[in-house]
Amino acid sequence: MLDKQFIGHRFAPFSADVEKGRLKFFAKAIGQTDAVYTDEAAARAAGHPGLPVPPTFLFCLEMEAPNPGAIRDLLDIDIAKVLHGEQRFTYHRMAYAGDTLSFEQRIADIYDKKGGLLEFVVRETRVTNQRGEHVADLHGITVVRHG
Amino acid sequence: MADLQNLKVGDALPAFTTDPISRLTLALYCGASGDHNPMHVDIDFARRGGSPDVFAHGMLSMAYLGRLLTNWVDQRQIRDYGVRFTAITQVGDAITCSGTVTELFEVAGERRARLALQTVNQHGQVKLSGDAVVALG
Repeated sequence: MLDKQFIGHRFAPFSADVEKGRLKFFAKAIGQTDAVYTDEAAARAAGHPGLPVPPTFLFCLEMEAPNPGAIRDLLDIDIAKVLHGEQRFTYHRMAYAGDTLSFEQRIADIYDKKGGLLEFVVRETRVTNQRGEHVADLHGITVVRHG
Repeated sequence: MADLQNLKVGDALPAFTTDPISRLTLALYCGASGDHNPMHVDIDFARRGGSPDVFAHGMLSMAYLGRLLTNWVDQRQIRDYGVRFTAITQVGDAITCSGTVTELFEVAGERRARLALQTVNQHGQVKLSGDAVVALG
């Protein structure tokens, strides 16, 4: 069983740079052909200051943590037993290539179902930019399968 | 972009279907996303863990559904977007992304629409079930 004393645990904040080349690579990987996401001139023509961070890429930047497995290490979770259960983004403002984003993560909840066969870790992450503006809140649920 | 002024509950977003997900798709997503979990790209690791094969990142399909949204509205209009990963997306699945308007409402003078979203594979099996809120104006 995962140790529920870690409910409320906060991780040390970290920051991640939004790199233009990485955004273009991500667009290729997800089959994004809208030039706004790959061509700076198209982005500017659409009123953006640079290449926009697409809707789910904040989750990727969250993995730029010094130890992307910090939650698994803290809770002693085997990566081979992990599934992604839910993911949600609440957006407050756009982020762009060239931004440096800060991530503050906390474990919001730990619970189980089916008599402990499935355990759930709820993570909440507040994202702000280099100006201290609130960019988004991420809400993710990791499922740990036993047996 | 959509005609958002005359939107009605029940209206559908323009759906699309991806090419079948290949191992190359997963390798590219692994590198581009920074999600290096070997369960998605290393079949030897997957088999040692008791899985017959690697399987797709849930977040790859969430990114596909994100394309459904940004094809339809400017990203600056998306207020909230969430999914539940209800079944595993396998190598070879061709993913159809679709959505419908479920509610029209107003928050602090801003007209908004709530959308129901889903991905299904070529057999009609639902893989992701989600929702989003977009500003209409």
